[in-house]
Amino acid sequence: MQQHILQVIYLIGSVTFIGGLKYLGNPATARKGNLIAAFGMIISIFGTIFLYTNHDGEHLGNLAFIFGGLLVGTIVGWMAAKKVQMTAMPEMVSLFNGMGGACAMLISVIEFHHLTNGITGVAELPTGEMITIIIGMVIGSVSFAGSIIAWGKLSGRVKDKSFSFQQYMNIGLLLVILFFAYQTVFVSSEEFAETFYLVLALSLIYGVLFVLPIGGADMPVVISLLNSFTGVAAACGGFLYDNKVMLVGGILVGSAGTLLTIVMCKAMNRSLLNVLIGNFGGGNTSATGGGSTIVGTIKEVKAPDAAILMKYAKKVVIVPGYGLAVAQAQHVVHELETLLESEGVEVKYAIHPVAGRMPGHMNVLLAESNVSYDKLVEMEEINPEFNTTDVVLVVGANDVVNPAAKTDPSSPIYGMPILEVENAQNVIVNKRSMKAGYAGIENELFYRPKTSMLFGDAKKALTELVNEIKNLG
Amino acid sequence: MEAILGFITDNLQLIYLIILMVFVGIELISHVPSVLHTPLMSGANAIHGVVIIGSIIVMGQAHDTLSLILGFLAVVLGTLNVVGGFVVTDRMLEMFKKKK
Repeated sequence: MQQHILQVIYLIGSVTFIGGLKYLGNPATARKGNLIAAFGMIISIFGTIFLYTNHDGEHLGNLAFIFGGLLVGTIVGWMAAKKVQMTAMPEMVSLFNGMGGACAMLISVIEFHHLTNGITGVAELPTGEMITIIIGMVIGSVSFAGSIIAWGKLSGRVKDKSFSFQQYMNIGLLLVILFFAYQTVFVSSEEFAETFYLVLALSLIYGVLFVLPIGGADMPVVISLLNSFTGVAAACGGFLYDNKVMLVGGILVGSAGTLLTIVMCKAMNRSLLNVLIGNFGGGNTSATGGGSTIVGTIKEVKAPDAAILMKYAKKVVIVPGYGLAVAQAQHVVHELETLLESEGVEVKYAIHPVAGRMPGHMNVLLAESNVSYDKLVEMEEINPEFNTTDVVLVVGANDVVNPAAKTDPSSPIYGMPILEVENAQNVIVNKRSMKAGYAGIENELFYRPKTSMLFGDAKKALTELVNEIKNLG
Repeated sequence: MEAILGFITDNLQLIYLIILMVFVGIELISHVPSVLHTPLMSGANAIHGVVIIGSIIVMGQAHDTLSLILGFLAVVLGTLNVVGGFVVTDRMLEMFKKKK
């Protein structure tokens, strides 16, 4: 009876995951979707704790440890998630993803330990289970190590590192992992435990080396990919325990995550393979910004002049980037927008799909300060509008407005669709300094005659701008 | 070879489920506006926290100290993934709520 109830709970859990994910895909229902999935998760967890029985009909023991673990994880997870700044959201997601990967990895290790207790030869091991365990472990470890590196990079703790032939080394390492995994499962030897732990160590190293050279703007893609990896690792656990809800949840995330990864790659006009083995943002080629050197002078503008320009414009388009997020300037930018609107200026935001550190990063940020949806215009729709725009205000964005992506085939971001701000009458670029963007390349837009630079921290500069516009009366 | 074939036929139901879920996952994500990519990624991140169920099962059957320690760690990490994932997603989506 209890087993049947548990199965029904798992069924409900699976349906909530599918429904939750579906609802998450629509702005109006997204929050409900998240809560539905969370509900499914909670009943699945408590159902498992109280109703699960093994083959001998025994209930789960060690309940004190289980509840202790749940309590610790809940408190820490809750506080971390509540405390984190909106700007730090991408690395937080990466960190939580790594936790899931580590969890899958540990499950495999314990199951292996359990399975091999008192066994001397690999022939005694059930092959199917061994394959599942080892796949779950490899993917889980790669996801864990990779996510931690991605987290470190996004939070500035880890620097981009790459050396020549890195991709060949990674491929080689992958082959070595496959070889030893095969050895562990199929080839009878005394040392199958040693090879198993060797595979574990190599997988962790692979996870580090896999993410380390991938630089800058590609990080969102990597996180999304690692996210789907963890999904697959979770599904391996589901396969191992014949647990449908784990299988459904894991595979759903695995496939949805992979598709999301591809969609993001498309937004940057690059293939997944290119992202994974390319040296975007790392290596030597990108540091010099392609082959061409930029000639020209920079024109600086002060807040009062910029204020006049914007106040008497008919149409202003704001291009937000990561700098806006760093400076926490989302509220000021909204203030600027309402102020200009009250002066009769048409204001829109141009949202590049990969502006910020994650797709949709800018949308989340601007939504926080109550900027209304219909003001956020996506790249394809806004690009034709730049011709009729008087002033473009670029706030802390760089690579997404770099014309080199269109004109310079030697540029590492060549081919990425950009916001064609150079078509507007005036471009005001707010940046802290002339430092290159996250992709580490120069931006010739800054040297164009129509462009003027408004230096300073985004929040300070915009506040000044708002005050100047108010002073103009 | 025989072992693998046997494994597949033994788990045929699960394999069918996997294949169907791959298509469901793809179907669910296509045509999602890029506005929602970040919350969606975060929501999916929380959902794969379902791996915690595996860690609970492992933990509930652990007998030796090593398994207990690793199992406890796995439960903590899995909970972090689940709780953190859902709370972060909710915080993001909170900002999307309709204007008063």
